Amino acid sequence: MSGTHASTAPPSYLVDTGTRKGLMAWLTTTDHKRIGVLYLGAMVTFFMVAMGVGFVMRLVQLTTFQKLISAQTYNALFTVHGVIMIFLFVIPGLPAVFGNFFLPILIGAKDVAFPRLNLTSWYFFMAGAILAVLSLFTGGGAPDTGWSFYAPFSLKTGTNVSLAVFAAFVLGFSSMLTGINFITTIHRLRAPGMKWFRMPLFCWAVYSTAWIQLLATPIIAITLVLVILERFFGIGIFDPAKGGDPLLYQHLFWIYSHPAVYIMILPAMGAITEIIPTFAKRTIFGYKAIAFSSIAIAAVGSLVWAHHMFTSGMSNVAQIVFSLLTMIVAVPSAIKVFNWVGTLYKGSIDFQPPLLFTLTFIFLFCIGGLTGVMQGALAVNVHLHDTYFIVGHFHYVMFGGTVMGFFAALLYWFPKMFGKMYSKKAIYASWFPMFVGFNMLYFGMLILGMLGMPRRYYVHLPQYHTLHVVATVGSWFLVLGLLGFFATLLYAIFKGEKAEDNPWGGLTLEWTIPSPPPVENFDEIPTITAGPYVFPQEAQ
Amino acid sequence: MEWMKQAAISAQKSDAVFFYVFGLSVAFLLFITALMIYFVIRYDKKRHPVASQIEGHVGLEIVWTVIPLILFLSIFYYGWTNYEYMSQAPRESMVVKVMARQWSWSFEYPNGKQSKVLFAPLEKPMKLEVRSADMVHGFYVPSFRLKIDAVPARANTTWFQATRLGAYDIECTVICGVDHSLMLSKVVVVPEDEFKAWYFGGENAPEPGKSLTAAGTPAAPPDEPKGLALLKANGCLECHSVDGKPMVGPTFKGLFGKSEQIKVAGVDQTVTVDEAYLRRAILNPESQVVRGYPADTMPAAELKPDELSQVVTYLKTLK
Ligand code: HEC
Ligand code: HEM
Repeated sequence: MSGTHASTAPPSYLVDTGTRKGLMAWLTTTDHKRIGVLYLGAMVTFFMVAMGVGFVMRLVQLTTFQKLISAQTYNALFTVHGVIMIFLFVIPGLPAVFGNFFLPILIGAKDVAFPRLNLTSWYFFMAGAILAVLSLFTGGGAPDTGWSFYAPFSLKTGTNVSLAVFAAFVLGFSSMLTGINFITTIHRLRAPGMKWFRMPLFCWAVYSTAWIQLLATPIIAITLVLVILERFFGIGIFDPAKGGDPLLYQHLFWIYSHPAVYIMILPAMGAITEIIPTFAKRTIFGYKAIAFSSIAIAAVGSLVWAHHMFTSGMSNVAQIVFSLLTMIVAVPSAIKVFNWVGTLYKGSIDFQPPLLFTLTFIFLFCIGGLTGVMQGALAVNVHLHDTYFIVGHFHYVMFGGTVMGFFAALLYWFPKMFGKMYSKKAIYASWFPMFVGFNMLYFGMLILGMLGMPRRYYVHLPQYHTLHVVATVGSWFLVLGLLGFFATLLYAIFKGEKAEDNPWGGLTLEWTIPSPPPVENFDEIPTITAGPYVFPQEAQ
Repeated sequence: MEWMKQAAISAQKSDAVFFYVFGLSVAFLLFITALMIYFVIRYDKKRHPVASQIEGHVGLEIVWTVIPLILFLSIFYYGWTNYEYMSQAPRESMVVKVMARQWSWSFEYPNGKQSKVLFAPLEKPMKLEVRSADMVHGFYVPSFRLKIDAVPARANTTWFQATRLGAYDIECTVICGVDHSLMLSKVVVVPEDEFKAWYFGGENAPEPGKSLTAAGTPAAPPDEPKGLALLKANGCLECHSVDGKPMVGPTFKGLFGKSEQIKVAGVDQTVTVDEAYLRRAILNPESQVVRGYPADTMPAAELKPDELSQVVTYLKTLK
């Protein structure tokens, strides 16, 4: 993978140039592009593991597999699945991979502001991941509380909650340090002429996200420390038997974990906003509306946490206020959807795999968002809360939204990152089972929830069985599609055709440099004279 | 689907809002999807080789900010008013205490009567005070579209007025340990006179709605010893067996008269199980913990003195 652009061009970032070679060169790199690829490798691995766990959970719901998997193991499975997907995949998510790789390039910089801190973040991430894995096999066994670790169950259970929670604490540092790094990078390292409103919108999304990471993560960190202290020393913050308050735990947990869902979704929205203009060959519709809606989501999204607690017995006033705020936070998301669709209007559309995944994102995210609005209404929430409806809803948002956005971004930037092109036919072929299976599985869950099937149930009542079978069969198609998708990309890395520097005809800075990019990104820092999506008026 | 029929006023209130939001959502989703597909086909580069560079439109931005805002606010308002109704119990409601514990439900009526399934008279308001003896649980009746968490050291309240006869599932919705998915019970809605006959009928009155419960939780057989019924009613048998089967707690079989190794205030002791020991173990389990079992699992029982005696008498018979 030499990626020589012209004979005089500097070597690509994939070539070892320093004194260290091979794996050591990667593990000690401070190049933002390599760090992005390190995250990508680690995260896709975790995703595959958690996907396998999800697959097994669905088999258990066929009931024939209950001989192999006990109730205790099932409880551990959904906890592990949730913890891996949330803390090791969607929270680091697009910023860790594409933020690292492309943020500096998109604003015309040679690296992030603190390259070594960046590598440190990756090590925090890996340390947290290893601790999380250890927690499965040591102590009292894998945690069985669900990824939300609700007190007092998480304080009383004999399983290894302390270590799992400590792992999440360590991961929090990775998140915060990355946040600081990106904020500083955007403030300090923009190329000459790269005014705020000339930045590609992905940068705006990453910027808003970085602020949430920085401001919200300390809250979960301290909450998790309190859980550990309470487990070891019985300090009585959350345990009512010792004068503590379990609802305090729920508040603290969601004060972080709700903004965290915007940490997950905003960067995906940012990537979508890059992809659409490139394939519609026209400027984005409503640049400022999209930029400000990112900020609005980050701000209002920090104030809606207690909509996870409508049935917990909190005060009537709180219920009303949080229901109202929840409705308001839906508005900026709607604005984005309209602007994306508006950008297709009178474009000259070149239909390619990244655009297919982008449209899939919009469709699935709309279902996720609309089911969210349903639960935001108090009278409906008391019915749907903690049922499979919620499970369906958040898979639509996090999987249909963030993960599909991640896939779209991966397909879009893959040729740039690796200098290779994948087989488009194979991608279309894996999209189909993925899409069909996804909707069988998660729409099935939405209906199950409406019929009253509670979440985190090892056995279900007989009336729910038919839909459980549908969902399980859906999960097979889904996994088939995912495997096809990853196999196609993996094959392309090693055997793919060489990609052009600008295969999609994009206008942002990454397309002006060779594929894969050279170590220093730019021979010469570019000077920016216009916005990011200014396509020529005549036909290309 | 019989089990999802609206069986209480709260279900009607909740569904009304649900269908309102659902209708709007379907309309929105179809609109966006159709528009997307239309644009992709209509403006394909073959049909439309030159893109128009449209930077935006302030009027449109305002329209699609204000219209969704109004719709969302209407959803909020409708959801709130219907919920207001659901959350305020009428004054004449009968107040039933609901106790959740790992992993069972029990119900206590104003006159002290207790049951494992919730009996409710048709068309009469019933207010529930929901408590938990250990973890957070969730009290959920899908057919009533009603849910309230059972939080330790709190009494959360909700209410319902059943509108259909029948037996409806009660499910726990908050993960609370290994048998979370078995923490089930039923609400049995019976005609008011049948309910009254049971409620005022003294200790031996037959449980109402026999025909209805057939598919649900088996009602206690009439010749069951009172002590055993109390063990069941208080959830003891979720952790203890009476036949020697190992469970979360030690079995009751052969317990009386046995010599037991216990920890008292951290010090190991060996004692012979007598009546006093049993009473202490039940009322104040933390004071003496059986070796090999976790210290804070067994909840202190809330038994009245005569009930306690009946339980102890029964335990003595388990040789
Ligand atoms: C959540 C599970 C749980 C429930 C419910 C429970 N227990 Fe226990 N029980 C235990 C455990 C664990 C122990 C052993 C630890 C200890 O002694 O505290 C125990 C110990 C006991 C002992 C002492 C047994 C011995 O071998 O010395 C008695 C008697 C007892 N329980 C009676 C009851 C009664 C009566 C109830 C119902 C009111 C009840 N338990 C409900 C878990 C439970
Ligand atoms: C690959 C296919 C996937 C399958 C088959 C799958 C399946 C499931 C199932 C069966 C549950 C348990 C439902 C319950 O009993 O309550 C679950 C829970 C969950 N899933 Fe997935 N899932 C998949 C992908 C994802 C992705 C991509 C994410 C996030 C990005 C995710 C996040 C979660 C979370 C957070 C939970 C909740 C865990 C808990 O209850 O604590 N899943 N999933």
